Amino acid sequence: MNPFNHDVTAPDAPLLNVQVDGEWMQFPKGLNVIEVARRVGKFVPHYCYHPKLSIPGNCRMCLIELGTPKLDANRKPVLDAGNKPEIAWMPRPQIGCATQISEGMGIRTQSPLVEECRKGVMEFLLINHPLDCPICDQAGECKLQEYSVQYGSEGSRFTDDKVKKPKRVDIGERIVLDDERCIMCSRCIRFSKEMVKDDVLGFIDRGSHTTLAVHPGKRLDNNYSLNTVDICPVGALTSKDFRFQMRVWFLKETKSVCTGCATGCNTLIGSRENLVYRQTPRENEAVNSHWMCDQGRLGFHYIHAPERLLEPVSKVGHGKLPTPWTELIPRLAAQLRELPAGKIAIVASGRMTNEEAFLLSQIRKILGGDAVLSDIVPRKGEADGILRSADLNPNARGLELFGLSNGGQTLGQIRHGIDTGRIEALIVLHENLLGDAGWPLSTVQNVKLLVVQSILACPTSELADYILPGASFAEKRGSMINGNGRLQRLNKAISIPGQALDDWQILLQLKAALGGGNGLHTIEEVFKAMTEATPALSGLSLSRIGDLGVDLKNLPATAAK
Amino acid sequence: MSINRVTVPATQNIPPEAVYPGAHDSHHPAPVIPKDFEAEVDTVITHYPVSKRSASLPLLHLWQEKFGYVSPEGIEWIAAKLELQPINILELVTFYPMFRQHPAGKIQIKVCRTLSCALGGGYALCDYFRKKCNVGEPDAHGLATSPDGKYSVEFVECLAACGTAPVIMINDDFYEDVSNVKADELLLKYQG
Amino acid sequence: MPITERRLIFKNIDQPGYAIDIDCYLRHDGYKDLKKALTMKGPDIVAEVKTSGLRGRGGAGFPCGVKWGFIDPTKNTKPVYLICNADESEPGTFKDRQIIYKDPHQMLEGMIIACYANNVHLAYIYIRGEFTLGAKILEKAIAEAKAKNYLGKNICGTGYDLEIYVHRGAGAYICGEETGLIESLEGKRAYPRIKPPYFPAVLGLYMCPTIVNNVETLCNIKHIVAMGGAAYAKIGKPNNTGTRLLCVSGDVEKPGYYEFEVGALTIGQLLNDVCGGIKDGRKLKALIPGGSSAKVMKAGDRYKIKTKKPDGTMEEKEMGLEDIPLDFDTLAAAGSMAGSGGVIVMDETRDMAECLANISTFYAHESCGQCTPCREGSLWMKKITSRIANGKGHPDDVGLLKNVADNIAGRTICAFGEACAWPVQSFVEKFKNEFEAHALGTAKKSTEQKLEAV
Repeated sequence: MNPFNHDVTAPDAPLLNVQVDGEWMQFPKGLNVIEVARRVGKFVPHYCYHPKLSIPGNCRMCLIELGTPKLDANRKPVLDAGNKPEIAWMPRPQIGCATQISEGMGIRTQSPLVEECRKGVMEFLLINHPLDCPICDQAGECKLQEYSVQYGSEGSRFTDDKVKKPKRVDIGERIVLDDERCIMCSRCIRFSKEMVKDDVLGFIDRGSHTTLAVHPGKRLDNNYSLNTVDICPVGALTSKDFRFQMRVWFLKETKSVCTGCATGCNTLIGSRENLVYRQTPRENEAVNSHWMCDQGRLGFHYIHAPERLLEPVSKVGHGKLPTPWTELIPRLAAQLRELPAGKIAIVASGRMTNEEAFLLSQIRKILGGDAVLSDIVPRKGEADGILRSADLNPNARGLELFGLSNGGQTLGQIRHGIDTGRIEALIVLHENLLGDAGWPLSTVQNVKLLVVQSILACPTSELADYILPGASFAEKRGSMINGNGRLQRLNKAISIPGQALDDWQILLQLKAALGGGNGLHTIEEVFKAMTEATPALSGLSLSRIGDLGVDLKNLPATAAK
Repeated sequence: MSINRVTVPATQNIPPEAVYPGAHDSHHPAPVIPKDFEAEVDTVITHYPVSKRSASLPLLHLWQEKFGYVSPEGIEWIAAKLELQPINILELVTFYPMFRQHPAGKIQIKVCRTLSCALGGGYALCDYFRKKCNVGEPDAHGLATSPDGKYSVEFVECLAACGTAPVIMINDDFYEDVSNVKADELLLKYQG
Repeated sequence: MPITERRLIFKNIDQPGYAIDIDCYLRHDGYKDLKKALTMKGPDIVAEVKTSGLRGRGGAGFPCGVKWGFIDPTKNTKPVYLICNADESEPGTFKDRQIIYKDPHQMLEGMIIACYANNVHLAYIYIRGEFTLGAKILEKAIAEAKAKNYLGKNICGTGYDLEIYVHRGAGAYICGEETGLIESLEGKRAYPRIKPPYFPAVLGLYMCPTIVNNVETLCNIKHIVAMGGAAYAKIGKPNNTGTRLLCVSGDVEKPGYYEFEVGALTIGQLLNDVCGGIKDGRKLKALIPGGSSAKVMKAGDRYKIKTKKPDGTMEEKEMGLEDIPLDFDTLAAAGSMAGSGGVIVMDETRDMAECLANISTFYAHESCGQCTPCREGSLWMKKITSRIANGKGHPDDVGLLKNVADNIAGRTICAFGEACAWPVQSFVEKFKNEFEAHALGTAKKSTEQKLEAV
C-alpha cells in the first residue's frame, strides 16, 4: 500500500556498523539516520520527514553531523586504537532524513553544531509564524511548540513586520487552512499526491511568500483529507469537526479500532469525561499504516445523538414503559421460553463484537439451535483501493465464525417466515429492519414478539415489544475480526450513558435467565469461554491480542464474497 | 438512520474569507482558442516526448504571448491539455515572475534593478519612466500601470547585460545604456 | 608588458561582417570540429576533455571531464540527457548572452559534440525567459543545422541521431541551479533537489542520468576537440586551464566582456589596463570577482594566498587585491571565488550598506522558498540590510545580520544558501565600521552616488 516505507527494511537486509554519538552499533541497510536514531532511543527532530511519504528534505530540522571512514593511501579504512574505523567528519551538517546509513558511517545527533543548526531553523520557522497558540487547535500537539522548548532560543530577535498570508481558508468540506501557521513542510501535498492520488494541494507564490493553496474552485474533499490534519506538524490544517471543541491535553486517548468497515483501522479515541471528541488513526503496519478514512473517523458522533436509547423499555398493553433490567430480562426470557424453536428468529449484526456473538450463539442454542434462523444484514460499499473495504460491517467474519451469519442469504427466509406467520418472535440486534435491511413495515408489524437491542432509537425500535439499550464501540471492551482475518481489540473510552448496558452483559443476563447461570462474570471470562468453544481462537486472551491485533491462522475461509 | 455518515456540525461551517492571488476576477471572458494557436501548442508538446508536463512553461509563454496574461481559463486550458491538475499550473504561474495573472500595459517597460544597473542609475531611470508614463504606485507585484492601460513600468532583477547599465526591456526588446534622452526616444518609438 | 586578450570563444564575435547564419559560420570553419569529433569514439572525447582540465564556467568550477565521467555508459540502461544551462542570471554576468546572440552555432557545435561524446540523443537548451530574441536565434540555428544534417537523424551519415530543443525559463534565478533547472524543465516549480540522492549524473531529468553544462563550457568542448585536450591544457595555468570570459560592470571606465587565458592577468590589470581604470578618476573601494554571490573583496586589504608550486610544495604569498590573478584557485584561496566571471566594481563613493541592501533584495526576491533557512533568512536579511542602509538600523543589527547569514550558509538544500549568505557575511566583515556607523545613525550620507534601498 505504501510507496514509501522508510522505517521498514527487508528481513534479509545486511547489518551495517554505524557509530551513533560515539557508540558503534549495527543496523539493517536501507535505514536513514532518523530511523537509526529512533531505534536506539535517540530522537532527531524533524518536520517534513514522514516515514511513509517521499523525502523532500526541506525543513532542515534534522541536520546532524555525519562522517565516513577515513581512508589511507590504499583506500583502506584507517583503524583507531580500538580497532574501529576512524571517522572523517564532514564540515557541513547533513540532513538525517535523506542520509541512508553506510558501512563505517559516523553520526552525531548531539553536538554544538547540531544544536546551533536546530536553534537556527527554529528561529527561522518562528519569525513569520503568528504565534497564536492561545487560539490554535494544534496547541499541545504542535511540533513548533514542542521543538521550540527543546531546541529553540528563549527570546526573539525579530523586530520586523511578519509576512501576511490568508487565514481561515475553507479548503475542503472538513478542513480549514491557516496559511500563516504553515511551515511549508509539504507533507499534506505529498500525502494527497502519493497516498490518495488526489493532486489538489500546491504551493503558490515563492520565497518567504510561499503559500499553501488549493486551486480556486477545487477542494480538498477526498475521503482521506483529515489525515493531512494529523500529519500537519503545526496548526495550519485543522479539522472543522474538532476545531475549538477541546484542548488536546484534556483528551484521554484510548486505543481502539474503527468500526466503519471491515478494514478495522486502528484508532485512538480522544475523550474527556464521557464525551468523545475525536478519533485519530493509530499506527499499525499490518492494517492501516498511519491513516484512516474521513468517513470512519467522523463516524462516531451518533454515540452522543439525541436518539440515544438510555433505558430499557417494554410494551405494556398499548403503551411502553421504562422497565428495570431485573424485571425486563426474566419477563422476556419467560416469553421466549414458551415459543418453540421454529417460531423464533434472530437478525444479528456485523457490528457486534465476538464476545456478544458468542453469547448470542449460546442463547440461540438454548432456544433451539439451527432451528432458530439467524443472519446478519450485509452492508455493501465500494472498496477504494486504499483502506476502505467493500464490506461496511466491521465484524462480519466474527458473526460468521459463530454461525450467526449467512451473509444475508437467510434474511429472505426469515422475512418469509414472518410474513407467513410461521415466525412469531424476532430478536434484532443493532439493526434497523426498516432501514438498512430494507424490510417493509408490514413485515415488521407482523412480528408478534419483537426484541430490539440497539444504541439509537429507530423506526424498528419504535415497534419493539422490548427495547434493550446497548453500548457503542467507544463504551465497551471486546474483539472483532476484520476482513483479512485479523483479531483486534476495542477498548472502553467512556462510560455507558443512562441505564444502557454493555451488550455482552445484556446477553449474559438473558442467557442466564433462559438457561441458568454459568459462572461468567467478566469480559475476560466470556473471552476465555469463547476461546475454549472456538478452535479458531484457541490459546488467545484479550491481553494476548495486544494493541495491534493478531492474524487468525485457523480461521475458516469466509463464505461471503 | 445510517450510522456511518460523515457529519459535520452545522456550527462549524467556515466562511471563505481569504482570497488567493488568481482566485479573483471572475469576469474573464472565456477565450476562443484559435486553430493555429492550438496547432502551435501541439507542436511544442512534441518537443517533450518523455513527459508532456515539461511543456507547461512553453505553453504558458504561448498563452501569455497570445492573450497578454494568464487568466484562470488559461490555467485550466493548459492543465487540461497536459492532463494535469490546475494547481500544477497555478503553482508555476505564481512562481515564475515573467507570467502575469492580470493584464499589464500595452507598452511594458521593465527596468533592471540589480546591483550593476543600480550603480549605473537604474533607480533614477525607473523613476523617470514612471513619471513620463504617468503610472501610479506599484501594486503588490511591483507593477505600476498608467490609468489608460497604455504603459506599465516595473523593476525586474538582473537582465544579464550588466556591462551596459542601465538596461531595460520594452516588451520583448532589450535596450542598453539607457539615458533619459534615450528613454524619451524609445517612448516615442513605441508610441508610434 | 601589455595585456592582450586571448580570444578563443569570442574569436569571431563583434568582428566586422560576422553574422549568426550558418553560412557565415561555415565560412569560418564551422562544424569542422564536429566532423572531427564524429570520427572519434565517445569515450575518447570524454578522455580529451578530462585531459584538458576544463572546469565548468557556470559558477562552481567543477571539472567538466569528471562530471561526464560520472555517467558510466557500460552500467547504464537508461537514456542520458544533456541540458545546456543558458539561464544566465547571476548578477554581473553577461557572457553567455554574447555567445547566444552573436555566435549561436559555436555553442550548438560544442553541444552536439558533448552529446555525441556522452551518447545523448535528446538534449535541451534551457535559456532564460527574458532572452526572447536569443531563443529565436537558437531555434533558427537549430533549424539551419538540421537542414545541413549537423543535427537530427543520422548526423553527417554516421548513424548518430540527436534532437535539441530550446526551452525558455520564465524569470527565476534559481533555474540556474542545475537540479532546480531540471525540475523546471520537468514542468514544475524550480525547487532544487536534495543531493544525495538526486545527483543529476544518476537521477537527473526524468530520473535519468543527465549532464548540465554551461554555455561557455560547451563552447570550450569544441575547441578542446579542435586542438586536443593536452594542447588546451597548456592554455592558462595548471588546474585553471583554458580561457575565461570576464564580464566587468560597475564603476570602471570601460565595462564590458573580455576573454583571457585563465589567470593571465591580475585584478589590477583588468581594472586599470583593460577597463581603463575606475570611473571618473575615483579610487577602487570594493570588488566582487565572480558574480554577486561571490564574497566581496576590499581595496587595500592584504591577502595571504597559499599556492601549490610546480614541485607540489605549498608556498604562501601575501598580496594586495590588485595583484591577485583571476583564476579559480587563487580567488578561492583569497576567500572569494571566480564564480561565473562577473566582476562588479564599486568605487570609493559607494555606500557598502546600500550595495549590500541591493544584493540582499535580489536574493530575497529569488529564493525559491523551498527550505527553511533560505526562505525565511533571505527576506529577513533584506529587511535588516534595507533598514541599515536607510539609517533606521539598531545597534545590534550588524551582529544579528551576520548571525542570520551564518545560520543559512551550509544548511540549505542548494548553493543558493551560500549565494545569499556570502555577500552578507563578507560585506559585514570587511566593512564592519561602515555598517556599525549606519546602524548607529552616524554614517556620512553620500548624496551623489546614492543607491536606493527598497
